[in-house]
Amino acid sequence: MVFTDVNFTLASGQLLELRGPNGAGKSSLLRLIAGLGDPASGVLSLTGGNAQLAIGQQTHYAAHQEAIKAPLTVIENLKFWGDFLGGGDVAAAIAAFDLDGLADYPAALLSAGQKRRLSLSRLALVPRLLWLLDEPTLGLDAASLDRLMKLLRGHLSGGGLALLATHNALSLSADVTLMLGPQS
Amino acid sequence: MKLLWALVRRDLMLATRQGGGAGTAIGFFVTVIVLLPLGLGPDQSLLQRIAPGALWIALLLSVLLSAERIFQSDYEDGSLDAMALGVVPLELVVLAKAAAHWLITALPLAVAAPFFGFLINLDPLAILPLSLAMIIGSIALSLLAALGAAITVALRRGGLLVSLLILPFYVPCLIFGVAASSLSDLVTPSLLMLTALALASLVLIPVAAAAALRAYLK
Repeated sequence: MVFTDVNFTLASGQLLELRGPNGAGKSSLLRLIAGLGDPASGVLSLTGGNAQLAIGQQTHYAAHQEAIKAPLTVIENLKFWGDFLGGGDVAAAIAAFDLDGLADYPAALLSAGQKRRLSLSRLALVPRLLWLLDEPTLGLDAASLDRLMKLLRGHLSGGGLALLATHNALSLSADVTLMLGPQS
Repeated sequence: MKLLWALVRRDLMLATRQGGGAGTAIGFFVTVIVLLPLGLGPDQSLLQRIAPGALWIALLLSVLLSAERIFQSDYEDGSLDAMALGVVPLELVVLAKAAAHWLITALPLAVAAPFFGFLINLDPLAILPLSLAMIIGSIALSLLAALGAAITVALRRGGLLVSLLILPFYVPCLIFGVAASSLSDLVTPSLLMLTALALASLVLIPVAAAAALRAYLK
């Protein structure tokens, strides 16, 4: 058992900050919410979204694995995800993380931070109600961090929800903070 | 449909950029066919008798060679997670991946096989039935490869296991495939059986493979 007795409510436009030491289950909880985990017990519900879709299908899940294909260029990567996720705004995604200068480079040539930016730019590619961000600030420089926070603020002010797991201080104050304790 | 095409096109693009996939399979196929007469000796009538069977076996092994990699990189780089959260059901993702594998590996081999058949004295009259049977049969082969790949996606060095798991399913394809490649008729009962195998795979395998992938993602 990774964690028990986790309980939280998040209203529209709110940010939940997920904190806890390594191995506390932050990533597991995010995967669980996305539908990529099997809870032993408990209920997850999302009201006000599209009732036809599972929670995961209304979710952006940004994790350590970046879902980037190295042989494809930045723009090809974005185009694929845009098409596959049902029609995305590639220009907005490029602009959100200032990938303009990198658009035609194969993703194999990107640095770790640039890959992270490409991965996060999917947030701006397709609008989705719930964002699950697993340590999204890892490897980002100050300017990119500002862009991420700006994007997040825009998402929240548009009525979106976000859960963010991090160890760093954020420039954005969370509405709810959830501490996951060490495994006991 | 458009969403699936995006996935197929991405896989085709990856295959052409990286090489690997189709090249390896065709290279392996040619190697087997070139070595065969060297190993068996120059007995023309013997070669002609075994040619369809030899081509089918080479096709099976070549498809098997690339089977392991169908889902592996998507699983490792998190693409599969993101696909599972897409609006496209995982069953159709499997179908699209298998279609891409078929277009990249199995179809080129099936089309090229009769021409390599000349190397082992394939009867010219057998070319048409053989091509037809191979094109139809390769659909089942690619889908079965996708099933094996899905079942072993999280296992390192899962190649051996893939072979062991799907080899039994390849046996009926081989038997009916070789029978359908005999020179008598274009449409034989064997070809119809092979078509039935391909159609059954088309319906059943996406469901089975998607269930396997879901189990790994959870």
